[in-house]
Amino acid sequence: MTDDREERPSPDALLAAAQRESRGRLKIFLGAAPGVGKTYAMLQAAQERKRDGVDLVAGVIETHGRRETEAQLVNIDLLPPRLMEYRGKDFREMDLDAILARRPQIVLVDELAHTNVPGSRHLKRWQDVEEILGAGIDVYSTLNIQHLESLNDIVEQISGVKVRETLPDSVLSSADEIELIDLPPQELIKRLHEGKVYVPEQAKRAVGSFFSPGNLTALREMALRHAAERVDAQMVDYMREHAIPGPWPTRERILVCIDERVDAAKLVRVAKRAADRRGAAWVVVTVETSSSHTQTEADKDRVAEALRLTQQLGGETALLQGDDVVATVLNYARERNATQIVVGRARSRRWRMGKSVTERLFAESGDFNVFVVGGEDDDKPAPLVRPRKVKAPPDWLNLAFALVCTGIAIGVGFLIDMWLPVASISVAFLLAVMVVAMRAGLRPAILTSVTSFFAFNFFFTEPRWTFAVTDTQNVLTLVFFLIAAVIVSNMASRLRAQILATRESARRTTNLYDFGRKVTAAATQDDVLWAVVHHVATTIHGKSLVLLPGDAGLSIAAGYPPEDQLDDRSAAAADWAWAHGKLAGRGSATLPASLWLFLPLKTGRGPVGVLGVQMSEDADIPSPSQMRLLETLADQAAVAIERTTLVADIETARVATERERLRSALLSSLSHDLRTPLVSIMGAASSLQNYDEMMDHASRHELTQTIQDEAERLNRFVQNLLDMTKLGAGALKPRADWADLNDIVGAAVARTRRLARAHTIKVDIDPGVPLLCVDPVLMEQVFFNLLDNACKYAPPGTTVKVWAQRTPDYVTIEVVDQGPGIPPEASEKIFDMFYRVDQGDAKSAGTGLGLAICRGIIEAHGGTIKAEPGLHGAGTAIIIHLPQRDDMDGLAARISAEAEPEGGK
Amino acid sequence: MSTRILVIDDEPQIRKFMRISLTANGYEVIEAENAAQGIEAANSQQPDLLILDLGLPDLDGQEVISAVRERSDVPIVVLSVRAGELDKVEALDRGANDYIVKPFGVAELMARVRAVLRQRAIKGKGNDDVVEAGTVQIDLGRRIVTRDGAEVHLSKREWGLLAFLASQPDHVLTHKQILKEVWGPAHGEDTAYLRVYVNQLRQKLEADPSAPTLIVTDAGVGYRLKRGE
Repeated sequence: MTDDREERPSPDALLAAAQRESRGRLKIFLGAAPGVGKTYAMLQAAQERKRDGVDLVAGVIETHGRRETEAQLVNIDLLPPRLMEYRGKDFREMDLDAILARRPQIVLVDELAHTNVPGSRHLKRWQDVEEILGAGIDVYSTLNIQHLESLNDIVEQISGVKVRETLPDSVLSSADEIELIDLPPQELIKRLHEGKVYVPEQAKRAVGSFFSPGNLTALREMALRHAAERVDAQMVDYMREHAIPGPWPTRERILVCIDERVDAAKLVRVAKRAADRRGAAWVVVTVETSSSHTQTEADKDRVAEALRLTQQLGGETALLQGDDVVATVLNYARERNATQIVVGRARSRRWRMGKSVTERLFAESGDFNVFVVGGEDDDKPAPLVRPRKVKAPPDWLNLAFALVCTGIAIGVGFLIDMWLPVASISVAFLLAVMVVAMRAGLRPAILTSVTSFFAFNFFFTEPRWTFAVTDTQNVLTLVFFLIAAVIVSNMASRLRAQILATRESARRTTNLYDFGRKVTAAATQDDVLWAVVHHVATTIHGKSLVLLPGDAGLSIAAGYPPEDQLDDRSAAAADWAWAHGKLAGRGSATLPASLWLFLPLKTGRGPVGVLGVQMSEDADIPSPSQMRLLETLADQAAVAIERTTLVADIETARVATERERLRSALLSSLSHDLRTPLVSIMGAASSLQNYDEMMDHASRHELTQTIQDEAERLNRFVQNLLDMTKLGAGALKPRADWADLNDIVGAAVARTRRLARAHTIKVDIDPGVPLLCVDPVLMEQVFFNLLDNACKYAPPGTTVKVWAQRTPDYVTIEVVDQGPGIPPEASEKIFDMFYRVDQGDAKSAGTGLGLAICRGIIEAHGGTIKAEPGLHGAGTAIIIHLPQRDDMDGLAARISAEAEPEGGK
Repeated sequence: MSTRILVIDDEPQIRKFMRISLTANGYEVIEAENAAQGIEAANSQQPDLLILDLGLPDLDGQEVISAVRERSDVPIVVLSVRAGELDKVEALDRGANDYIVKPFGVAELMARVRAVLRQRAIKGKGNDDVVEAGTVQIDLGRRIVTRDGAEVHLSKREWGLLAFLASQPDHVLTHKQILKEVWGPAHGEDTAYLRVYVNQLRQKLEADPSAPTLIVTDAGVGYRLKRGE
């Protein structure tokens, strides 16, 4: 609800105006009664627009055979109705999909309050219209004032006719334009007598009383007043949007208190009318106390129904918690600056002591005006969510329990009777009463009290085996026993109710807490989705699934139990819930034929997906309390899902940045490392070609040597690039085979020696080092890169040492040089791609790939590689740990067992 | 009549430099630029050696090996890229005699060509009973191995392994070929045995077992017995 006392342009007003821009405009032709000529007026207006060249079709028109109305239909496209079969009869309904597909500028939809045949997408035609408007199509429609929800009971009082087709007031108040079709009562009655007013067959009897001048005048007044209020409201809206300074009417706020005892729906309607008349905001509250949980499902439904009605009528709702109802309500009233409090007249409560809530409100309200609304029950409108059929545990079971307990008490009584005086026996019965009260509630406890009373009398008071009582002392015992029993049963059952309530509330809190914890702990979106569906399914004892939008529309992202296909009707409901951000499917007002109920998952940024639930069979539709819990869960789930999407977005962005960094590093590396050897090769080759004769043999040899060296360097670079690409693409998979470390290192050393003649390479591999299960070619590359690197950075003439040793779990191999060493902060980074310690050092033109490749290969073998300062802190030691295969020793033993010399020379 | 070498490669630059260097070394060179031409030339021209690039435009080089082997036992040296161990092993198993890793220097090419041709010459003469490699002498006929003149005692398997390597000196023999020959067809994958026995042989025959010069490893492919030039 907006706070209407702001004095700046109200953002909500602007927002509402902005939303109206993209929506279609709704124009309602409002009349006081049938026959005033609404359809005729609508068609006339349509003809005018048609002449202006507007694309206009009629979705549904009820001419009821009136000739002048039919004449107005000329030139207007009437979309064929959709034939629906229901209980063997054909019904003609407006074809909503045809309209949406046709996309005219204006659609004519007669009878806005019409109720659709079951099986249609929406229960009511106004919901169809909402969808059309949502698609940006303008709608012309007609409405009689009597169908307005808030006037429903007044109309019934005035006319004695029960109006079953009702329309939420918000639909009318959200209409962009209202045209009042007014006809004085006398003329209407005249038209009725001329047969120009359509009256359905079954209503003929009521016609006389409905179309009485008194009724019509009252209805006309309602229609006129409504139209006038609209004009007022538009004026205020205009002032707000344009920030015209006041005086705006300071709006009152009416607080309506409902509970399961009062006639909540009626209270809500009364409050709505009062609020409308005063231009007041209104809020309907109900207080949940610790004993609220003991309400019957019917009671809970009634309250939930009233709250839903409130929302339909455009009011605000609040659910308050507190054990002192009066204090809670008054606190809230103060908090919200309510000016009036409306309460219902509570039904008399004979059993309770003390004042009723209403009486206390009167006493404690202070400066609030308190209004009490009385009145008879009226029929409730068709509920939006059908009340669930509750299977309460059968009462007779509890009563049987009561009787059994009494029987046991009698038995215990006889046992006691053998040793103790009679008077103590009543204690056994009191115990039985308490047990029953705690376990089964008040009624069985009372039954226990009464049966105990008689049993005690019959079995244990003199004279025994009769109901007669002779001793006055016994009479007193019996009477006090009965009183005590009733009090005890009352107290115990109340205690039980409190315990149940506390348990229920604890269960709900735990449930929400658990859920919160689970979804927060889940890291990936899949985990979150799984947590959501699992939790929801276990909470409602049914099935649950989450649908997320993808390229091809909504698709199932998770289900518990897993589900991969939705039937068409359910899929349509899911799509609708997604597109409109509202409840759809089984048990809701939209597409109730679906097997699932779909709740939109919405966050502040918009919809993220749809949650589908399906109850197990015995509980077809979620109860209101389950529904409330589900909605809370859906909100939490939406936030959690959005969080993972955001995380994924951030991760994508991070990866993109990293990729960009690598790309530019690769480019600079390519341009440098590819070009440098090429320059040398081309220079040397062209020198040879051009100045061959002028050169001596030594110079020629030097140049050809340059060509060869540089070509080899280029080859190594290309090889590194290839390896790196394969590693990155996951294509460089080790083909592990048994290999001798000596072989591998030996080959690498041999290759290095050709390049680094100025360094001494020493290899020291402990004989205890077993065969390794590695890819020999890749490992050779690792050692070649390491040795190459060492020779590149360590000054000429120094020694590079390779040594290897076996430790219990690993084979440790170190390559140690006597170079300048690596700064500690770079010891991790050197294994990154394109990282070089001396970025500007032209002398050691490395690719920045060698160590990255080493790490990739070693890690693919399940090993680790790290850089540490060398011996005595000088130079660098690259340390490799390779895991040892468990079967190594067994293998070695087997082979050496076979390898005994067998002669044979 | 000079030795004739058939070069099958689709790269004109590579054919050119091989032709120049091989001709300079006194060989006669026949060129083929694809598999079809190559197989045709191998059949009609009866070359003494085939140098085959595995990456050909019209047919996989491996198929060329098989096609040639159907009719002749002319020595085949394949050109393969580094890290293409599986290709090398397959080519050797299909009957190729040796391989060279691209890119290669001309010295390496000539060494391989000479080694393969020498082997063929030996075969032509009948089995050379004594193989000399450095200080080691292997008398295949009398089953005696000496190192620096002193006899070395070998186990039966060690002898089998060494004899098989010595039967084709300077040739790479794949793990599978060796295992099948020495251990029998059922042991085609037991490379660990092979490593252990190679190690034992090296301990007995090499001057420095950790830097072998006699029995050398071709990583990922197999072993060869090096006689030295």
